[in-house]
Amino acid sequence: MRRRVVITGIGVIAPGGSGVKDFWNLLVNGETATRKISFFDPAPFRSQVAAQADFDPETHGLGPQEIRRMDRAAQFAVVTAREAVVDSGLELTALDPYRTGVTVGSAVGATMGLDAEYRVVSDGGRLELVNYEYAVPHLYDYFVPSSFAAEVAWSVGAEGPATVVSTGCTSGLDAVGHACDLLREGSVDVMIAGATDAPISPITVACFDAIKATTPRNDDPEHASRPFDRTRNGFVLGEGSAMFVLEELESATRRNAHIYAEIAGFATRCNAFHMTGLRPDGRETAEAIRTAMSEARVSAEDIDYVNAHGSGTRQNDRHETAAFKRSLGAHAYRTPVSSIKSMVGHSLGAIGSIEIAASVLAIENNVVPPTANLHNPDPECDLDYVPLTAREWPTDTVLTVGSGFGGFQSAMVLARAEASVA
Amino acid sequence: MTTTRVVVTGLGVMAPNGLGAENYWAATRNGKSGIGRITRFDPTGYPARLAGEVGGFAAEEHLPSRLIPQTDRMTRLALVAADWALADAGVRPSELAEFEMGVVTASSSGGFEFGQGELQNLWSKGSQYVSAYQSFAWFYAVNTGQISIRHAMRGPSGVLVSDQAGGLDALAQARRQIRKGSKLIVAGGVDASICPWGWVAQLASRRLSTSDDPDRAYLPFDAAACGHVPGEGGALLIVEDAQAARQRGVPTSYGEIAGYGCTFDPKPGSGRDSGLRQAIQLALHNAGLAPGEINVVFADAAALPALDRIKAAAITAIFGPYGVPVTAPKTMVGRLYSGGAALDLVTALLSIRDGLVPPTTNVSLAPDYGIDLVIEQPRVGVLSTALVVARGYGGFNSAMVVRAAE
Repeated sequence: MRRRVVITGIGVIAPGGSGVKDFWNLLVNGETATRKISFFDPAPFRSQVAAQADFDPETHGLGPQEIRRMDRAAQFAVVTAREAVVDSGLELTALDPYRTGVTVGSAVGATMGLDAEYRVVSDGGRLELVNYEYAVPHLYDYFVPSSFAAEVAWSVGAEGPATVVSTGCTSGLDAVGHACDLLREGSVDVMIAGATDAPISPITVACFDAIKATTPRNDDPEHASRPFDRTRNGFVLGEGSAMFVLEELESATRRNAHIYAEIAGFATRCNAFHMTGLRPDGRETAEAIRTAMSEARVSAEDIDYVNAHGSGTRQNDRHETAAFKRSLGAHAYRTPVSSIKSMVGHSLGAIGSIEIAASVLAIENNVVPPTANLHNPDPECDLDYVPLTAREWPTDTVLTVGSGFGGFQSAMVLARAEASVA
Repeated sequence: MTTTRVVVTGLGVMAPNGLGAENYWAATRNGKSGIGRITRFDPTGYPARLAGEVGGFAAEEHLPSRLIPQTDRMTRLALVAADWALADAGVRPSELAEFEMGVVTASSSGGFEFGQGELQNLWSKGSQYVSAYQSFAWFYAVNTGQISIRHAMRGPSGVLVSDQAGGLDALAQARRQIRKGSKLIVAGGVDASICPWGWVAQLASRRLSTSDDPDRAYLPFDAAACGHVPGEGGALLIVEDAQAARQRGVPTSYGEIAGYGCTFDPKPGSGRDSGLRQAIQLALHNAGLAPGEINVVFADAAALPALDRIKAAAITAIFGPYGVPVTAPKTMVGRLYSGGAALDLVTALLSIRDGLVPPTTNVSLAPDYGIDLVIEQPRVGVLSTALVVARGYGGFNSAMVVRAAE
């Protein structure tokens, strides 16, 4: 008998608002949070646009020591994890701590902290043999981002399996998929799982500049993220975190918890093609989608909404459109497909979890978020991308997909819990 | 389905005291150390100056030239370790189904040396000097990505970060994938951050030995314990469904991954005990073995009295005082971050194969630990099971049981 895994708590920090409610309002209103970068002077960079979160750690209850010790990405994760636990109504302290685990996805770890600290110890890059005496005492926590999982585990009192999942831009999906595996095999009763990234640092902006992956649309930052639009020319860097409480359907039902959705199927594949390139035919993504649907025991016709990776690069949009057609057949033309990256940008490892949150809220509200800034559809992309305006739409089953540097392709099927009771 | 037996059929090792599994094993069973003064940069002026460096490795001899500029040292070591492991297992990936093979690696700090070079370019010259390869050469997922590309492995894959515990976590995840239907996984960990910027970050852990004597610097369970010596390298293993391996014509494997457990320590100051003991018990239970059935324990070997005490207490609580031979051959190579536990697992499998437990070199056992530490000379005897224990900075505890192949 298969253990069924459900989401009973959500915490979100995303650009354009804080908390689940603000996040969802931004999406259904089709508003964008992409702006000119203000964390540092972006003038020397090709791409000067990003989606920054309006985040004050103190108002979220973090103390001065925690704020000093943790990179911004770790702060996000701790705050969203606590929010998710409160939302779930679970009293974690009443449970066996060894049976509660943590997985945190992150693609790039503590890049903001590392970039800033490198400048300090190297005298602004002048010294090759850097001066250790100027290093902050918690530099090791930036060096190995397993510190993110440690901070979350401490903050919620989990003493079961804890790890960071770091598979590039599919980390947010894969971390939640990993948590499902642990629940299904019976290693844990509760998982605090999700992802975080805070990559808006000079080194990250520079490295995406170098491969022209990010948009140079600096004169119009609010409309810079344009997935599936003919005029799109790269993604917009974002930041944020979403964490969830996952537990077994049976225990959630027993304690009368609010069940957001079931994680019905998950699969990941490698394209083994290129570290940053994607096959135009969408082959491995399609394979991941088919496997996730089969695990979920749903067919293409059951998919009510597709939450696309939709990063806003031409190669992604073509790849993904082909993958949807390959895996969903004719249904690909009938089901709405949209990309919330048009509004909240691409927060690398975090976005997969933020998109799970969006997918779950689509089920909760029977509303499909739009693809903002989609005015001139690319003729190569001929599906229904829900341009500009959110759509009221009966949504019981959602497919959400991700694609990451390193060749990772992941897919997850989320389903309304009642609808999935056989 | 969950009872699928999962075996190790190939070993790829990059160790400071030997390149390749057999060279590493020959050095290790003879107590030959790979620790010395750092040569990869000038360590004068830093409080710690010793490391376990992988010597004699020329990436150009093993890899196509186009891969060199786009890879950090740790990725070059990992790519070659994967090649060797596949060759050792007699696997030609092109003959297996692409979606049934995958790669699961652990990482600790990614391609940190590559990252240092690009941070330096950014801040000393300008953003237009940052390499196009920076977008993937330094990040934690790079080894899995590059290995999957090199061997066209398109099945479920992954990357885990849990500091020194990561090597075991990756192998456990490989076993999980096999039990879900994959046929073969390349799994383990390789790290290499012996560069000035990586060194400063490691110093910040305040756990590094500041001794200049390679024989006195890393002394776990010794009264003179004074921290550890970091190293680079690690191991990648070929993990297969036992039945699939047999069908492929593999006559014998190195052993079975029989059990695994992991926990995370409570927040410091909470008054609760470390979860290490629980992790070991979970691994034993998962393997279906009683403590008395474990023939040898490979210890994590922090070489800091407080941490060594936790380790010894967990071992004596489960196995009884002096109840099982314990060893830490990593005194010969240093602590290898994500590579450390993967290499320990290799050592455990080779110990079982040859009936020989390598020693914890240089150590005089402090009397109050109550463990049967194998020191000075290797210990010979028939072994059929081993327990490997790994602990990651911050509180990660992982334990894995391996068993001789049937």
